[in-house]
Amino acid sequence: MSVVETAGAETPVDKILEVTDLRMYFPITEGIMIQRKVADVKAVDGISFSMSRGETLGLVGESGCGKTTTGRCILQLEKQTSGDIVFNGQNISTLSRSDMLQFRQKVQVIFQDPYSSLNPRMKIGDIIGEPMKVHKIIEDKTERDRRVAELLSLCGLSPQFSDRYPHEMSGGQRQRVGVARALALNPEFIVCDEAVSALDVSIQAQVINLLEDLRDEFNLTYLFISHDLSVIRHLCQRVAVMYLGHMVEVADCDELFENPMHPYTKALLDAVPIADPVLEASREHKIVKGEIPSPINPPSGCVFHPRCEIAVPACSQAIPKLVEVKPGHWVACPEA
Amino acid sequence: MAALLEIEGLRTQFFTSSGIVKAVDGITYDVEAGETVAVVGESGCGKSVSALSILRLVAEPAGKVVGGTIKFQGQDLLALSDIEMRKIRGNDIAMVFQEPMTSLNPVLTIGLQLTETLTHHLNMSGEEATARAVELLGLVGISEPERRLAQYPHHLSGGMRQRVMIAMALCCDPKLIIADEPTTALDVTIQAQILELMKNLTRDFGVAMIIITHNLGVVARYADRVNVMYAGKIIETGTAKDIYHTPKHPYTLALLKSVPRIDQPRVAKLDPVQGQPPDLSKLDGGCAFRPRCRYATDKCAQSIPELEKIDGVHAAACFRHNELEEV
Repeated sequence: MSVVETAGAETPVDKILEVTDLRMYFPITEGIMIQRKVADVKAVDGISFSMSRGETLGLVGESGCGKTTTGRCILQLEKQTSGDIVFNGQNISTLSRSDMLQFRQKVQVIFQDPYSSLNPRMKIGDIIGEPMKVHKIIEDKTERDRRVAELLSLCGLSPQFSDRYPHEMSGGQRQRVGVARALALNPEFIVCDEAVSALDVSIQAQVINLLEDLRDEFNLTYLFISHDLSVIRHLCQRVAVMYLGHMVEVADCDELFENPMHPYTKALLDAVPIADPVLEASREHKIVKGEIPSPINPPSGCVFHPRCEIAVPACSQAIPKLVEVKPGHWVACPEA
Repeated sequence: MAALLEIEGLRTQFFTSSGIVKAVDGITYDVEAGETVAVVGESGCGKSVSALSILRLVAEPAGKVVGGTIKFQGQDLLALSDIEMRKIRGNDIAMVFQEPMTSLNPVLTIGLQLTETLTHHLNMSGEEATARAVELLGLVGISEPERRLAQYPHHLSGGMRQRVMIAMALCCDPKLIIADEPTTALDVTIQAQILELMKNLTRDFGVAMIIITHNLGVVARYADRVNVMYAGKIIETGTAKDIYHTPKHPYTLALLKSVPRIDQPRVAKLDPVQGQPPDLSKLDGGCAFRPRCRYATDKCAQSIPELEKIDGVHAAACFRHNELEEV
């Protein structure tokens, strides 16, 4: 299938992840005793992409576009409805229990909300040490404490924090704990799900720098999920834009920002406010009309066509496929 | 002529078990009729509390406005009785809150929530109020307004709810709208829609607006004047151009530098503000930004810098504002 190779870099590169035609439908049921399915929420509706080792791919889109669900499927926190996820050459939906355990060590996650993603009743040291205990990496308590201290200082926190509870820390510090926990098992791949969105700007920059340093030091691969285009541009090598469960454009970061082709990508870039009053005053704001439709009953054909400026009648008929218009630049819009 | 709103030396404190938190510590600014003023700062800098103080919505007894005056059309709001204050709230001064999800009552229809203000403040009959509510919903760009009146907040998307909140704020032709992070919870394309709507409405109706936000980008396009707050104080004030092009306080400078921007070349490393914001219950007699400041000297520890005029309306509270590099 041509779409399979999508978004993929050239073949000789060391591919760490390959996602093919991933679909995740959440059923909506009715009835109290006898539940029957009445509809599906098509959170992710057939997306394909691949990532090479050491790469940071930005997954950008607005709420409800399926970017978080994609991340959760890769982490196997959701069992996908259909489609294949191949990690390091292994199809993860067919893994045995013990292989799955191995997989979970290599793939970690940093969540958005530093307030709800840390157990308020556990000390920081226990939070970071738990993965090593569960996976029986370091079973000796003093040895583990030493590693926790090492991870804390790696993430820019004093080792004394290991005796504290999450509520004693600020948002930025908690997010550093989240990063330290994700690193505890020496992962290869980290899903950063809106990892800096909840932080104040001055703190956000600190955590972005930390993520960059760690990536360089440990050759980590990040799937960086965010709605913030300026952060994506800063951090990622390649960017995939999602809309209502579909991938509408994939390109190298600079190419995407300098030469966006899909009308949705353009609208998204237009909507980003710039911190410069003179520039803003001269900027022509083309504001995309309407709201994001419901993923229960998405529009036919191209899901963006009801809000699209350049839509033609054919757009409501067939779902456009991602097509490579330039080397490495894929767009799902025949009119672009 | 006096300004529409004059805030002078406003101080709001919270009395907690760990001491007195000086959430707002002596802020002074004016809002002229029809003007849009932005208050920018990070969480905990007192920007929301300063807005709540204007409307006297700070929860007592934990919090209290302990000093200063707030004059609205020459009338001191802090001296009014509760009944008189209720006549101003939602009528002359309206508020748009941050969370469209939680600031509408989930068990009342949109129609009831909109008409409540109209019948209360303007003594409209039910029919008049309904007609006006339909008109208002149309004004803020909600399709099929008649049908929406019978719907509940959970039927609407976040962007639509924020439009309803704006319609509510517009009910009684207010002279001032205070918008507390009006677009923070929204997606970028919806944020652009809402900001543009608010700008058009303030222009068409000559309403003054105070926008409170943590996002410097959001206000660049819309604000006539910007106040930057840190640790309960305004540390820099000026026109949008002053603040964005020639910031004179190290904190403003650092804020501008720490955000990646899509209009500028990519940089290898961001330049964050080091350290954490201070604990507002443990402030000393020096500049609150001192521990995080690159330009701090011994003088900064000894006394708190006052806002010093630079030119026009531009002022900064920093002893070394003349020595900062230009960006």
